[in-house]
Amino acid sequence: MTTETRRIVFYRDEMLPPKPPPPATTGVIGWMRRNLFSDWWNTLLTFIGLYIIWLIVSWLVDFAILSAVFTGEDRNACLPKNGVEVGACWAFVNARFNQFMDGFYPTDQEWRYLLLYAVGIVLLVPLLIPKAPYKGLNALLLFGAYPLLAYLLLYGAPSLGLPVVETTQWGGLLLTLVIASVGIVISLPLGILFALGRRSELPVIRFLSIVFIEFWRGVPLITVLFMSSVMLPLFLPEDVTLDKVIRPLVGVALFAAAYMAEVVRGGLQAIPKGQYEAAQALGLTYWRMMGLIILPQALKLVIPGIVNTFIGLFKDTSLVSIIGLFDLLGIVQSALSDPKWSTPTTAATAYLFLALTYWLFCFGMSRYSIFMERYLHTGHKR
Amino acid sequence: MTTQNAPREIVEDAAASAGDLAVQMIEVNKWYGDFHVLRDINLEVFRRERIVICGPSGSGKSTLIRCINRLEEHQSGRIIVDGVELTEDVKKIEEIRREVGMVFQHFNLFPHLTVLENCTLAPIWVKRMPKKEAEEIAMHFLEKVRIPEQAHKYPGQLSGGQQQRVAIARSLCMKPQIMLFDEPTSALDPEMIKEVLDVMVELAESGMTMLVVTHEMGFARQVADRVIFMDQGQIVEMNTPDEFFSNPKSERTKLFLSQILH
Ligand SMILES: Nc1ncnc2c1ncn2[C@@H]1O[C@H](COP(=O)(O)OP(=O)(O)OP(=O)(O)O)[C@@H](O)[C@H]1O
Ligand SMILES: [Mg+2]
Repeated sequence: MTTETRRIVFYRDEMLPPKPPPPATTGVIGWMRRNLFSDWWNTLLTFIGLYIIWLIVSWLVDFAILSAVFTGEDRNACLPKNGVEVGACWAFVNARFNQFMDGFYPTDQEWRYLLLYAVGIVLLVPLLIPKAPYKGLNALLLFGAYPLLAYLLLYGAPSLGLPVVETTQWGGLLLTLVIASVGIVISLPLGILFALGRRSELPVIRFLSIVFIEFWRGVPLITVLFMSSVMLPLFLPEDVTLDKVIRPLVGVALFAAAYMAEVVRGGLQAIPKGQYEAAQALGLTYWRMMGLIILPQALKLVIPGIVNTFIGLFKDTSLVSIIGLFDLLGIVQSALSDPKWSTPTTAATAYLFLALTYWLFCFGMSRYSIFMERYLHTGHKR
Repeated sequence: MTTQNAPREIVEDAAASAGDLAVQMIEVNKWYGDFHVLRDINLEVFRRERIVICGPSGSGKSTLIRCINRLEEHQSGRIIVDGVELTEDVKKIEEIRREVGMVFQHFNLFPHLTVLENCTLAPIWVKRMPKKEAEEIAMHFLEKVRIPEQAHKYPGQLSGGQQQRVAIARSLCMKPQIMLFDEPTSALDPEMIKEVLDVMVELAESGMTMLVVTHEMGFARQVADRVIFMDQGQIVEMNTPDEFFSNPKSERTKLFLSQILH
């Protein structure tokens, strides 16, 4: 190639119009061609995968819907028909649904926790929507007034005409939600405090925080629950009786707080020293610096970890069934031992119901955390 | 240029009465472990005086000015700022930090707050100023540093030079008596250095007491009342800029100047 043949001057009078991309490299077809059917090996894997998915889904649809039994009075409805086993025995869940929801809460008092749920949703939803106004008032109502209302409604206040419902009568989803939400509401602030404590310059505070965190992280939750239900009463004076529900509740909350503390500490470590220095140089006190500058940034960084801990806590509440509380798992399991409903598919149905219920709550939290991350990310660049 | 001369006269007047001292450091020493980072520092800064501190890397310049607002603790000697002695007393430290503004090499703006919120945060939470008043003051200083139109952006959306000007405005919103600058232009691209220096020159002309760690010798010549040269944790030479640059006394200073002025 010589320089004579190379074009060194160039100009254009007419601009090129945009052309469509070559066929099927974009869109669904293009994506499939590139990712699923790029060669024969890939195509084979795709078909094997599709076949496995088909097996699972068709079995599930058949079990849960097509051959399922939705109504019935007792086990007879769900027994094999003409020698063929039926699918899910939803009739069982249906018959026990009320109990699964609230344990042994008196039927004529059910409106109390339903009202509480309604108020909870009304207060929680706007707090979760970033653009909704009056965040301060909203938070005050939810974290200040709502727990009081929850106590009055759930436990009762004879002076207000609400008969007492002992905590031993609480159960099912109601109890699970109580333990989970109290655990969540206690563990986050407590975890933040211990995270700050662990990074404190005061040796005593730092030492106590480390002892707390490492103790709770080093002990299995089951052990904590057994200790709280069996050993704690031995150490307390005889006239002091701690409620049977409160004991494991405190255990679950402190347990989650220790994990939370480590998650938050991770966030704190990611904040550059310059942020502390700038805040100090402006004359902010320690708590203002933390509350206005450091924690908002640190917590935002660890939202996935925080929600992860919440989800873990939510599922761990099911362990209280081992110490004899009838939370959602406990009540469903106890219902399984009822001979009136003993059929080949009752247990499978019950566990499917359990899995679905837990999954709904956890999936909801997970989606919200993803939404929040995206929102905060676009809210301000970097 | 009357503003150029005025402060010099004030300095000479002020020398008479010690009450006009903005900062007084007496026999200040500091160690990092065994490392003696500040050695017998004696320094008096008068009100409205502009001081430029220079010296090789690691000579203790940052440590020195960070002792003035207690971002670093000194281990012996006394530091008196605006008539208040720095001790362990947290209340006194906070009192001094309200009066002393600081600008950092890496700006250290709060990335989760808008420019305006960066500026109003301390007046609202430290001085308990009503939000509206704080915003008015913030806009005033953002105009002074010539970026009022960026008020509602986040720091990450601004250039380095703009961020540093916001940082200056943020400090000024506290109406400080003294401003400390720690290499405010060393993290900036050349074309942004000027916009920051311009703002600093204006601030100097308005009569602010300033201690500036910088290697911008043009700035030192233009606005400094005194230039301090530090090496190995000590003040090696201190003089007016004219004398300092044209007639340095110590061999160490001569060597340093020959290296940075070519
Ligand atoms: N936290 C610390 N722990 C131990 N040594 C430190 C610490 N901070 C600074 N030093 C040391 O103290 C000396 C002085 O540091 P300083 O930051 O004051 O220097 P400087 O003059 O500002 O230098 P530069 O121009 O690089 O900013 C340096 O040798 C540095 O390594
Ligand atoms: Mg430095």
